[in-house]
Amino acid sequence: MKILVCISKAPDTTAKISFTENDTRFNEDKVQFIVNPYDEWYALVRALELKEQHGGTVTIVTVGEPDVDPIIRKALAIGADEAVRINAAPVDSYFTAKQLAIYAKDKNFDLILTGKETINYNGSQVGGMLAELLELPYVSVARKLDVNGTEATIERDLPAGTEVIEGSLPLVVTCAKGMAEQRIPNMRGIMAARTKPLTVVEAADLKPLTTIIKYSLPPSKGAVKLIDPENMDELVSLLHNEAKVI
Amino acid sequence: MSVLVFADAPHGKLAKSASETVYYGKKIADKLSSTVTVVTYGNIDQATLAALGNYGASKVLVNPEVTDENDQTLTALCVEAAAAESATVIIFSFDPTGKMLAPRISAKLEAGLVAGAIAIPEMEGDTFVVRKNVFSGKAFADCAIHTDIKLISLMPNSVKPVQTDAQASVENFTPEITTGKLRFKELKAISTEGVPLTEAETVVSAGRGLKGPDNWGIVEDLAHELGAATACSRPVADIGWRPHHEHVGQTGIAIRPNLYIAAGISGAIQHLAGVNGSKVIVVINTDPEAPFFKAADYGVIGDAFEVLPRLTEAIKKFKASN
Ligand SMILES: Cc1cc2nc3c(=O)[nH]c(=O)nc-3n(C[C@H](O)[C@H](O)[C@H](O)COP(=O)(O)OP(=O)(O)OC[C@H]3O[C@@H](n4cnc5c(N)ncnc54)[C@H](O)[C@@H]3O)c2cc1C
Ligand SMILES: Nc1ncnc2c1ncn2[C@@H]1O[C@H](COP(=O)(O)O)[C@@H](O)[C@H]1O
Repeated sequence: MKILVCISKAPDTTAKISFTENDTRFNEDKVQFIVNPYDEWYALVRALELKEQHGGTVTIVTVGEPDVDPIIRKALAIGADEAVRINAAPVDSYFTAKQLAIYAKDKNFDLILTGKETINYNGSQVGGMLAELLELPYVSVARKLDVNGTEATIERDLPAGTEVIEGSLPLVVTCAKGMAEQRIPNMRGIMAARTKPLTVVEAADLKPLTTIIKYSLPPSKGAVKLIDPENMDELVSLLHNEAKVI
Repeated sequence: MSVLVFADAPHGKLAKSASETVYYGKKIADKLSSTVTVVTYGNIDQATLAALGNYGASKVLVNPEVTDENDQTLTALCVEAAAAESATVIIFSFDPTGKMLAPRISAKLEAGLVAGAIAIPEMEGDTFVVRKNVFSGKAFADCAIHTDIKLISLMPNSVKPVQTDAQASVENFTPEITTGKLRFKELKAISTEGVPLTEAETVVSAGRGLKGPDNWGIVEDLAHELGAATACSRPVADIGWRPHHEHVGQTGIAIRPNLYIAAGISGAIQHLAGVNGSKVIVVINTDPEAPFFKAADYGVIGDAFEVLPRLTEAIKKFKASN
């Protein structure tokens, strides 16, 4: 089975969020970057488990500039076989998805996995766009994925319950919690990752469909109003009369 | 020219989010001097569909032949409806179905999509500028859509629909579309008697401070009394005290209820990321230094095992006297 896992760089979850250039760019100064957690914990690890069960290869691909190479090495250390970097700054989801589609077309991947969303842009878009561009069926926010021959069984959580879906490969699936357990790379993995192939391909010249023109931070909360733990009637009264939420 | 709203109808039931997306679509249509058409599917009774007029729909197109949330089938249905109605704006809910459809349609029509919008767009000439959450709710981004057709998926609980008594006209809409390849087998219902977390207006949440899964009764009692959904912090879901679908935060679900009550949760930045869109936050914690107090509107420094039951009683009393 040939599996492609799309990974993205994301700021560490504790990173300070601030902006530069007139609030038009995320301030990367002193920010640590990680593999987007959904891509690493769920998409990549599930791909590795499927490879362990069925044989095959796991390729990781990212649209990014050379600064993402360290996170690519991390994903290789966890166990991916090879990596491809499409050399461009990902300007919007469509731009990213189209670059990925141009790369993946004609490569006959049986399964393409992405994370549920990037924790910086929170779009949940790239997977669906990629599926449409490749004309493949698509399951969003999956929490379970099993493969038997050329058939896949997928579960995803909806507000009403868990939906069970079947489909024939090839498929695009975005991975959410439940899919797999996080793996910590070991020393052997880290050593091996240094010599695994990382191919850089040139990006196509494409225009984005959307642009972020300004970032802002939520207004900071006023000071917390403390309530006597013995006096919950007061809290209820404040929630009713002041906050008007009950 | 019209504003098209896709209303999800999983398993034959119109999604609650339809009132929000239709109302949101109507706000945009008013600015464009146009009207709202809804496209939906499945076997839904006429009255329910006509009632979407209450929120601003003029017309509802329904395809009763489509019965499951097949990504490719529904994409084709929306694309046909957009063409039939000459839609220049298409609205979705930012829920699992919206996350499946909106990106597909965006790629198909090469139409710019803002996913997870939290406000009505500003219109600048032919460009829409739409605000959305980024960095898991820690910041906002104003996104410009440059294309002629504009796609927006709306974060649940971002608008408060106002109802009128207008009715929409309902038409069957059965264009020639090819059925998608996925097969939908079953829906294993989860045992929530209550409200789904993402749609809930009030959420009662608890963390490791509750000490063990057997202690959740006091959380559920309060939630029951408030008609609230229950949620939890990540470690609580990871150790299996609570089901995974209750995990809120940066790596769980992001929610924006009117009222979020957190007991025994420290308020780590990754937890806050999923809940700081809540309108009002109440924090109950024994530790006055818990970081959550900085993000709270109301704080109770005290033992959840005493405070929660006391709060439940106070709510009961309040309900009885109102
Ligand atoms: C990459 C990454 C992603 C993460 N994503 C998430 C996420 O999505 N969601 C999430 O929640 N976490 C997430 N975390 C974990 C997060 O950092 C915290 O570890 C977690 O939120 C802590 O959970 P907690 O508050 O329940 O437990 P603790 O931090 O152990 O806090 C328990 C709190 O309960 C209080 N307490 C104890 N006894 C009582 C009592 N009797 N009455 C009242 N209060 C009491 C304590 O004072 C303490 O403040 C993530 C971490 C990482 C590294
Ligand atoms: N620059 C990128 N390169 C490769 N894959 C990406 C990139 N950005 C996003 N993805 C994938 O698409 C998923 C959804 O991203 P998003 O649409 O930004 O929420 C991520 O979890 C990744 O798997």
